[in-house]
Amino acid sequence: MADKVFRVNMTDLSTSIEDVPADWAGHGGRGLTSTIVAAEVPPTCHPLGPNNKLVIAPGLLSGTAAANSGRISCGAKSPLTGTIKEANAGGSSAQRLAKIGCKALIIEGQPEDNSWYSLLLTPEGVTINKEEELIGKGNFAVVDAVEKRFSDKIGVISIGQGGEMQMCAANISIKDPDSHIRSCGRGGLGAVMGSKKVKFIAVDAGDAKVEIADMDAFRAANKVFAKALIDNPISQALGTYGTNVLVNIINEAGGLPTKNFTAGQFEGHEQISGETMHDLIVERGGKPRHACHTGCVIQCSQIYNDLKGNYLTSGFEYESIWAMGADCTIDNLDKIAEMDNIMDDIGIDSIETAVAFGVAMEGGVLDFGDADEMIRIMKEEIAMGTPLGRVIGNGAGNVGRTYGVTRVPVVKNQGIPAYDPRAIKGIGVTYATSTQGADHTMGYTIATEILGVGGSADPLSKEGQVELSRNLQIATAAIDSTGMCLFIAFAALDDGTCLPALIDMINARFGINLTADDVTNLGMSILKTEHAFNVAAGFTNLDDRLPEFFELEPIPPHNTVWDFTGEEIDTFWNF
Amino acid sequence: MRVQVKLFAFFREGRFVKEDKELPEGTTAGMVVDDLKIDREEVGVLMINSRHCKFETVLQDDDIYAIFPVIGGG
Repeated sequence: MADKVFRVNMTDLSTSIEDVPADWAGHGGRGLTSTIVAAEVPPTCHPLGPNNKLVIAPGLLSGTAAANSGRISCGAKSPLTGTIKEANAGGSSAQRLAKIGCKALIIEGQPEDNSWYSLLLTPEGVTINKEEELIGKGNFAVVDAVEKRFSDKIGVISIGQGGEMQMCAANISIKDPDSHIRSCGRGGLGAVMGSKKVKFIAVDAGDAKVEIADMDAFRAANKVFAKALIDNPISQALGTYGTNVLVNIINEAGGLPTKNFTAGQFEGHEQISGETMHDLIVERGGKPRHACHTGCVIQCSQIYNDLKGNYLTSGFEYESIWAMGADCTIDNLDKIAEMDNIMDDIGIDSIETAVAFGVAMEGGVLDFGDADEMIRIMKEEIAMGTPLGRVIGNGAGNVGRTYGVTRVPVVKNQGIPAYDPRAIKGIGVTYATSTQGADHTMGYTIATEILGVGGSADPLSKEGQVELSRNLQIATAAIDSTGMCLFIAFAALDDGTCLPALIDMINARFGINLTADDVTNLGMSILKTEHAFNVAAGFTNLDDRLPEFFELEPIPPHNTVWDFTGEEIDTFWNF
Repeated sequence: MRVQVKLFAFFREGRFVKEDKELPEGTTAGMVVDDLKIDREEVGVLMINSRHCKFETVLQDDDIYAIFPVIGGG
């Protein structure tokens, strides 16, 4: 199918299929969502009002046989941060969108009444249908019902109760090949989908296929690329222990934020570690390796069963386990898995929500370590939309303001993830300068500071950290445009065959001649486009700062504080 | 001197999670790796007392020494 832009106007319930404008043609994934949001969304608009637009795009290589190319990007102005936002996930919808020739889906406007709708995308275009049956339901019920209505091959993009209630922690959920959930987690994009009154988007690709300009060259490059991924030792460890292999090493480095960011090591780290998780999975007949999308050769996901051997959760990530575990001081992996599954169902970000719980614990709403009360609040308060549920469901910053807590780990109102910036300083530069609030994936300096990938940097020193974060943020913006999982970066940083093969695949797919410099320039231009949107929305360099408590409170065991000056941070944008 | 040695991920297989070892003065981080029959090529990160170190770093009494294979996540 030739690539088109699918546009849906929810104000007058019209749809159109448009040619791709020339200056959007070279973009995919995040590069495309950010380019469209910057071009069409007024930066000062209310994120939940009629002028915001939700843009969903597969990556440049999605829908092809390229290994690990099944990421889907969602973009809009974020209700959590007020900045431009892109969140991406695996699952099976990116490949289906690409196959039907949907380069981007733009959802604009909003219905004037309170009716809810669903969208059906096929190679012929978009159909808008009224939806009643599934309103108020969680994601698992939605996936189940949509599969029954169409077929189990259908792609599903949906929101749970969190998105319907327009909570700032609401994510957009993507059905995976096992009919479980992957999440475009950060920044409250589920609330934007809820504000458009779209409960779910079904993608029926039929027999449609992506066109490849030079199939022989594509196959040859993919072979080299996949080999680089498979041979990489980090890929192999990810397939065995999942991302949760990080709990013990980040704890050992003294950078595992514990008890709402008051310590850098957690006594219960071993009980929630990747090593323990692997053993429990094997003991209970689960699967340590699992692909979140067809074609993934790293397989960092898993099937985690309960004590009786019944499915409990999958896609059980380090960030989620850290947030519910160390940050809320819960050392019971089964309880954490149960909460992970509940949050998948409600459709709320497991980082934002759990960091919000950590702040709520500090504010005395519940005790640190009380997993049963967390579970009760998720089910009876957040999913039901009670006042307390909405306080927590609107994120860590909101909880801090509501309960008078000053130790609130957020940047641009987005919860800080699983690495303390006082003990791992480069990641603090990423949190401060990212165009989208605190987000480790924007420039994953942990690779170099802690893991020794792509060189090394002393995590307790400021030296070279701004440059490291800048280089990684530029590279990440480019990778996020390809549809590739970010974990290809581990191979790309240390294996000279990986990145050239990736560029060869893009060239073979489109019949073009990109070079490595073009890719770097693409990354830079995406960052600048996003930054310009934020500036026009009212953000200044003074928003590129960490919360004050990081400067005031030394964190054990290293007893270091955040000591970057504003001037030092601002040099990030010198490119 | 007494050093606590900690192993992670698949380095634990057939070895241990944590063990106190009596080591001669001058023992380096790399010598402990070799004694454990861990291939240096497989080592990703070494830390002494929560700080990164090298194979050549000399261990001191009461050190806590952690040995990780090449791993990543995020």
